[in-house]
Order: sequence, then structure tokens, then C-alpha cells
Amino acid sequence: MSLRIVVCVKYVPDAAGERRFAGDGTVDREGVDGLLSELDEYAVEQALRIAEGSDGEVDVTVLTVGPEDAREAVSKGLRMGADRGVHVEDGGVHGSDVMGTSLVLAAAVEKAGFDLVLCGMASTDGAMGVLPAVLAERLGVPQVTLLSEVSAGGGAVSGRRDGDRASERVEAPLPAVVSVTDQSGEARYPSFKGIMAAKKKPVVEWDLDDLGLDADGVGLAGAFTEVVEAVERPARTKGEIVTDEGDGGLKVAAFLAGRKFI
Amino acid sequence: MAEVVVWVDHAGGVVAKPSLELLTVARRLGDPVAVVAGEGAAGAAGVLGEHGAVRVLVSEAPEYGEFLVVPKVDALAAAVGAVGVPVAVLVSSGGEGREIAARLAVRTGSGIVTDAVDVEVGADGGPVAVQSVFAASFTTRSRVTRGVPVIVVKPNAAPVEAAPAAGAVENLDVVFSPAAVCARVVECAGREASGRPELTEAAVVVSGGRGVGGAENFAVVEALADALGAAVGASRAAVDAGWYPHSHQVGQTGKSVSPQLYIASGISGAIQHRAGMQTSKTIVAINKDPEAPIFDLVDYGVIGDLHTVLPQLTDDINHRKN
Ligand SMILES: Cc1cc2nc3c(=O)[nH]c(=O)nc-3n(C[C@H](O)[C@H](O)[C@H](O)COP(=O)(O)OP(=O)(O)OC[C@H]3O[C@@H](n4cnc5c(N)ncnc54)[C@H](O)[C@@H]3O)c2cc1C
Ligand SMILES: Cc1cc2nc3c(=O)[nH]c(=O)nc-3n(C[C@H](O)[C@H](O)[C@H](O)COP(=O)(O)OP(=O)(O)OC[C@H]3O[C@@H](n4cnc5c(N)ncnc54)[C@H](O)[C@@H]3O)c2cc1C
Repeated sequence: MSLRIVVCVKYVPDAAGERRFAGDGTVDREGVDGLLSELDEYAVEQALRIAEGSDGEVDVTVLTVGPEDAREAVSKGLRMGADRGVHVEDGGVHGSDVMGTSLVLAAAVEKAGFDLVLCGMASTDGAMGVLPAVLAERLGVPQVTLLSEVSAGGGAVSGRRDGDRASERVEAPLPAVVSVTDQSGEARYPSFKGIMAAKKKPVVEWDLDDLGLDADGVGLAGAFTEVVEAVERPARTKGEIVTDEGDGGLKVAAFLAGRKFI
Repeated sequence: MAEVVVWVDHAGGVVAKPSLELLTVARRLGDPVAVVAGEGAAGAAGVLGEHGAVRVLVSEAPEYGEFLVVPKVDALAAAVGAVGVPVAVLVSSGGEGREIAARLAVRTGSGIVTDAVDVEVGADGGPVAVQSVFAASFTTRSRVTRGVPVIVVKPNAAPVEAAPAAGAVENLDVVFSPAAVCARVVECAGREASGRPELTEAAVVVSGGRGVGGAENFAVVEALADALGAAVGASRAAVDAGWYPHSHQVGQTGKSVSPQLYIASGISGAIQHRAGMQTSKTIVAINKDPEAPIFDLVDYGVIGDLHTVLPQLTDDINHRKN
């Protein structure tokens, strides 16, 4: 029996760069380099491990919704070893909040066809950490999220979820939406062979029309939230820094006492 | 007065501190209606009434513990239905809280704002959520423009305040959706209590990183934490090395903390670590390397070896206390 896995990968501005907002309250993606959100590499990794550990046929698709540059996120997934890519690009998607983004992703996942959707635990820019749950709600399939261990096969997915209060083993029938944490296992580097093979792998491009979506429901116009103000925080003023000359601990104690912490 | 629905996080009826903080936030917007679901939920009613809940909607069913997230979404949706049109729905941040809130937003056709560090009252009386984004380099103010505003609030966003209210307990009728009983919890191991405060709720956090140098050396970090009544945090490098449990990781993929005082020892201050602690009120660092990026954000820093500085500091604090 074949298993179709769709991995959602987001293209994000590099956290090491100067991230900022544009005039319309959306993220300015011009000034900084983008990359595949590092936390989504863990999702690609788990998809590949499931494929490698399966006796049956497993097809891994990497899917991104984003501007032209976002194609790089798909390419990275293909170099790591995914079989095919989907890039949804449409001017109408610009400025989408999580409601708009999830609408597009849900439509794309359905069009691609899936038994298992794999996501990262959160993006490294918006970092809401909610999209997988939203996707499950929209698709009407079980959510098995924030897994630090995952296995899939025999029509079910199971794993370990380390919650705020307990560590749980959870399982659900397929189809399902899963998100994995950065505890799930180091993501591989693309091999030379993987890099060469990626060049020949199919990538389809869809726009809102292809997905049967109305531009009114997505983008800035269709947003359910509005950023009314974005101000740069003044950098923290650097405080006093001393070198330990045998009394470093006493100096910190005096500082803490001065601030009434002790 | 308009009602604000507050989702209450609890363990067997013991209410988590961030949920009491939510009641403070809720009172700015209207009359808080608290929703408590799960085993022992009814036991939470008293304390919720003492902190301003006008009504407490209670649902105790085994499904909340047996299945992942969705039964709780059903409960919250039922509560919103029972209230009518609330001015807002407030949920505290955390893996599960975020997911409950997000699914509710989809069901009610509403927008959602996550990780608010504060909630203000907008011109229309509705909530304006303050977020601290891009590793705390920007502060944004956002509004939900459609549906019932769903706001996920971070711990420490508001003080816990006593405000006695009716706290009238009502039974909440919840009919579980087919989706609620799909993802089953087959095994559950509770975390061992350390006796120290909860990391995300603590007023003081003492963290150790790779510089601590080993699991047994975390004793110096713990000793300082105990002297200050603090929680213990760790960098991902320390967690990945197996020196401290992942549940104590501070940062982008760990817990996000915002205490009055954060002490970083043997931590370089990578952007992913800073993302989880940069909103701390006062920051102190101890690091051997004068070039460590953590020193860019400290109120007080010591260039030195943590193995001598921390014990001396701990001794001095204990000395001052006696
Ligand atoms: C600083 C900041 C704050 C924001 N705050 C809000 C807010 O409060 N409310 C709101 O509605 N919107 C907000 N947004 C917009 C929101 O982040 C985006 O619409 C986004 O695509 C969905 O949320 P996320 O990136 O936080 O995803 P998360 O929920 O953190 O992402 C989880 C996973 O979903 C998948 N995924 C997410 N986006 C994509 C994509 N485009 N393509 C493929 N896979 C994807 C990935 O697997 C990812 O790991 C914010 C954006 C920024 C930059
Ligand atoms: C997607 C992603 C998510 C991540 N999420 C997180 C996260 O949530 N939290 C997190 O912390 N990191 C996270 N990281 C990792 C992060 O990038 C850093 O690798 C990590 O924070 C480094 O930990 P550290 O500061 O303890 O170690 P190092 O960077 O190795 O720093 C150790 C420091 O200790 C000092 N030192 C050594 N010995 C002593 C001594 N005896 N006395 C005093 N000082 C000493 C050194 O000078 C050095 O500055 C993430 C990375 C990625 C890519």
C-alpha cells in the first residue's frame, strides 16, 4: 500500500539577519536572505525516515506557500531527498495571516493528495506554532502535534508528545496532520547525490485559481487580524560589565541587593 | 456588561498561575466567564470566583484526558456558544493552549493573535494585543478584525489580583465532535515536581549553558536558584548534551520566559536563546568570554568562570539571608 506524505515547509527571513516590517505592517522580505525554516528540516527528515523504514511505496512531496524566492525552500527539501515539490505562488497571498495561509495550505494539500501531512513545530518568523492544528481542523483529520518521536505505517501514526505537564504516547488513524519538534532527530545534510538528483525532480507551481480559491479570502485584504503598529525596540542599554578578580560573586550579590532581589 | 471567555488551565482543579493572570486581563475588557474542563474541574471554581470570574462553566468528562486537544476545543466552543458574543476569548500560551485557541478561531470564523505580552483596551472597547517579535527586537500592536478576537497571552503579562466576584458555577453541556475522539493518548507520564517554581511563571530564573560543563555541575546552578527561590533553565546546548531535561530549555524551541530577573551562566546568547528570555526585566550574565553576545543585553555582567562566581554569589546570598 502506498503512503503519500506532504511536508509543509516555510521560507523565512534568516534570523541572523536584520528582520523588519514594511510600511503595510507585513514582513519586509527584501532586506534579508531567506531560507527553509530550520524547524521544517526536522519535518522533512522524519518524512524521509518514514519512507526509508517502510516496505511499501512512500511518496514525499514538499509544499511551500510563498513568493518567488520561496522556491528555494522546496529545492532544499528535494536536495534532502523528497520526491517532488509544490510551490504555491500568487500575489494575492501577500500579507496573509494564519487564517489565509492555512486556507491556501489546506487547499494545496488536498489537491496534492495525502495520507499524512508533516509540519514543523513552528516557523522561525511568525512562530505562532498553530498552523498544524489549524490545518487539521480545516481538513477534518486528526492532529498529532508536537511529537518528539514519530512513526507511521499500517494506516496509523503514533508518537511521543512532550507537553507542558506530561509526556504522552499518542496515536491516530491516517489521514492525519503531524508536527514534529527539534527533539525528533537531527536533520540530514543533502548529499552530493541528493543535490544532483534534485535537479531532475518535478516541481509544480499553483496559483489561487488552480486551488479554486478566491483572492478576497486571503492576503492582506482577507486578513482576520491587523497589525496597527510595529515599532523597533530600543536596543537594551548595555549595563555594567566587570571582570572577576576573586570577588565576582560578591559584586553580583551587591548588584542584586541594590535592585532588591535579595 | 460584555463578557470575556477565559480558558482555564489546571491540574486536577489546581489552577495554573497564568490563568489567574488572564482573569486580570479579562477584567479590563468585561466580565470574565471562566471555562474549566477535565478531571477535578469543579474544584477550580472557588479560586476563579476570588479572582474575578463572574460565571464558571464546568465540564468534567474522561475524554479531556483520553484524547488530544480537540475535546477541549469542543468545550471552549460550547462555552462561547453559551455566552453568545463575547468581547474576546483569552487562552494562555503553551503548546496546548495555542492549539486550542487556534482551532476555536477557525470554528468561530475569527482571527487569532498569539503570544501577547500585554493586552490593552482599544478605542472600540475590544482588545489590542501587544506582541514582542523577532527575538524581541520589535513590539507590535495588533487587532482582530473579524469574528470574536481570540488572544493567546504569555505568562507574566499581568499580575494576579484578588477581585471577588459571583463565581456562579454552571454545568457546561459539551457534545464531542467526531474529530475529538481520533487522536488517543495511550500512555501518560506526568513530570516529576522539582519543588522549584514553574519555569514560565517564576519571578527569577537561573540558567546554565554549555559552560556549565556537565550534568553534575548543574548543582552550582541549582544551588543559586534555591538561594533565590528561582526556577532553573538551560540552553539547548546543555539540554542536547543530556545535562538537563528538555522541559527546562529556554528559547525559541523551548520555554519562553519573562521573569523579573534572569541569570545566564555559561551561555553565549545565540539568537534562538535570546528569543526566549530577552523580555526579562533584569538580565545578569556570567561568562568567561568578554565577546559573548549575551553581554550586549545585560544589566550586569561578570567576565569570569561560573564555577567560582556562582558558588561565591550563592554563599553571599545565603549569608545575607541569615
Ligand atoms: C512576527 C510575526 C507575527 C505574526 N503574528 C500573527 C498573529 O498573531 N496572527 C496571525 O494570524 N498571523 C500572524 N502572523 C502571520 C503568520 O505568521 C503567517 O501567516 C504564517 O504563514 C502562519 O503562521 P506561522 O508562520 O507563525 O506558522 P506556524 O504556525 O509557526 O508554523 C508551523 C508550521 O506550519 C507550516 N507552515 C507555516 N507557514 C507555511 C507556509 N507559508 N508554507 C508552507 N508551510 C507553512 C510549517 O510546517 C511550519 O513549521 C505573524 C507573522 C509574523 C512575521
Ligand atoms: C532552529 C533552532 C532552534 C534553537 N532553539 C534554541 C533554544 O530554544 N534555546 C537555546 O538555548 N538554543 C537554541 N538553539 C541553539 C542555539 O543556536 C545555540 O547553539 C545554543 O543556544 C548555544 O548554547 P550555549 O550558549 O549554552 O552554548 P555555547 O554557544 O557553546 O556557549 C557556551 C558559553 O559558555 C561560556 N563558558 C564556557 N565555559 C565557561 C565557564 N567555566 N564559565 C563561564 N562561562 C563559560 C563560553 O564562553 C560560551 O560563551 C536553536 C538553534 C536552532 C538552529
